[in-house]
Amino acid sequence: MLEIIDLHKTFNPGTVNEKTALDGVSLTLKDGDFVSVIGGNGAGKSTLLNAVAGTWLVDSGTIAIDGVNVTRLPEHKRARFIGRVFQDPMMGTAATMQIEENLALALRRGKRRTLRVGITAAERDQYRELLKILGLGLENRLTTKVGLLSGGQRQALTLLMATLQKPKLLLLDEHTAALDPKTAAKVLETTERIIQRDHLTTLMITHNMRDAIAHGNRLIMMYDGRIVVDVSGEEKHRLTVEDLLSLFEKASGQALASDRMLLG
Amino acid sequence: MSSFLNALPGAVSQGLVWGVMAIGLYITYKLLDIADLTVDGSFCTGGAVGVMLITGGCNVWLSLLVAILAGMLAGLVTGLLHTACGIPAILSGILTQLGLWSVNLAIMGMKANQSLNVNKYDLLVSLRYLQDVTKGTRGFWQHPIFVAGLFTVVIIAVLYWFFGTELGCSLRATGANANMARAQGINTNFNKVLGLMISNGLVALSGALLSQYQSFADINMGRGAIVIGLAAVIIGEVIFGKVFRNFALKLLAVAVGSIIYYVVIQAVVSLSGINSNYLKLLSAVIVALFLAVPYWKARYLDRPTTKGGANHA
Repeated sequence: MLEIIDLHKTFNPGTVNEKTALDGVSLTLKDGDFVSVIGGNGAGKSTLLNAVAGTWLVDSGTIAIDGVNVTRLPEHKRARFIGRVFQDPMMGTAATMQIEENLALALRRGKRRTLRVGITAAERDQYRELLKILGLGLENRLTTKVGLLSGGQRQALTLLMATLQKPKLLLLDEHTAALDPKTAAKVLETTERIIQRDHLTTLMITHNMRDAIAHGNRLIMMYDGRIVVDVSGEEKHRLTVEDLLSLFEKASGQALASDRMLLG
Repeated sequence: MSSFLNALPGAVSQGLVWGVMAIGLYITYKLLDIADLTVDGSFCTGGAVGVMLITGGCNVWLSLLVAILAGMLAGLVTGLLHTACGIPAILSGILTQLGLWSVNLAIMGMKANQSLNVNKYDLLVSLRYLQDVTKGTRGFWQHPIFVAGLFTVVIIAVLYWFFGTELGCSLRATGANANMARAQGINTNFNKVLGLMISNGLVALSGALLSQYQSFADINMGRGAIVIGLAAVIIGEVIFGKVFRNFALKLLAVAVGSIIYYVVIQAVVSLSGINSNYLKLLSAVIVALFLAVPYWKARYLDRPTTKGGANHA
């Protein structure tokens, strides 16, 4: 479903701020794979997701989604294949627009935007049904401006928007990191439910090792712009946090510095 | 006082004509979050094109259509400078505006102004018609308030429809959150260019109407147009912001804001006898104050609110 071959990306080349963010990343995801991605700060996790999403173009390497080479495609054209939820709850929704307007924009992802009416009555019923899944009472607030919702509500809505048109690939960039623990757990649970229901191929970055172990059928760890650990199936099931820490030390030759990876 | 009352219908008419420009500005300033300085040039472009075409024997409606197209072309230039050339929006507008100075002069046959003889041509809006209606020699339907008001209503209706369509919604999303828009497959660059074109089309239409109203086009007629437009947008928002939630009503608020602006200016001129050369300074100060007050209020008066969900690095 996703095939990444030898990606390289360097930011600010030739300056003092030069930073090699991706240093030869290759990764192949099968249809229905749910991969959790972990790694310390600056390891290249978000860079990898942004490279796939097309936030900017990579220096070299190829990215193919479902057999289509998207390496040179601009972000908005790749959106046809990709659903995204960002770390910042403000980023995935338009605050000054209504809940139903946001959903209507998402329903038309990958389609030509015409001069037909932006939201039909039939859609509204569909939205009401879908919002019920979230269990946040949003189904009765279709015309509420999204800016009035809490971070958790916005993140849940973004998740719904990302999956409204079934994406070939779902990219979750630490989408629960900015939420309080209780809300984060709820959003993650909804995430799991939608992924199972639609059988979505997913890349999920998380800072939380327990979440990384508990969710998905495969786990990759990044360090210094490379994938250093890649476990799946039974092996992944049996992983513990301690295992991950020792795997990380072995791969990187140093102890894990980030406390956040241990917490939770 | 009586001079003010006599001038009132004229001020309202002028406010309505400028209101069309302010509605255009609302699209870029409020919906796309771009302060588009092109308008100072494209307003005059509309007036110049309108006057030259009418004096050249062109149908008055056709002249308005061409004026709109000319304005849209100016918006296209600004849009391409911004999106295809990566120039910041403000600077793109300034560049187009500067270039338009020469273009506008060229349109007017290298003259700084061109007059339009009301007696020779059938116009849509004219100060003369206003006087004629008052005297009873013309029907009320030729009163500039009626004609310009009709234009305003039709424009608001068309924009209300457009911004409710799939394309219009995607344009609003582009201004509201470009990141989200791109993630939802929206071509934000295309939408910015489109928005700038629609906006400047309306601005040029307003310029064409004003040149008919005042019977001439002048190379300086658009100077400070953006400030007048912003004044209308802000006045409309301050007065009607709490009650007008619907998009059509918000546009109406802009038009009414423009009328209020011109009535106030007229009042200041008539009642205080201030030299009209100071009006631009007055406008600038008023707009600066209206823009600054919400900022000061948030900074010094409102208590800081803590929101859930700290921003992790």
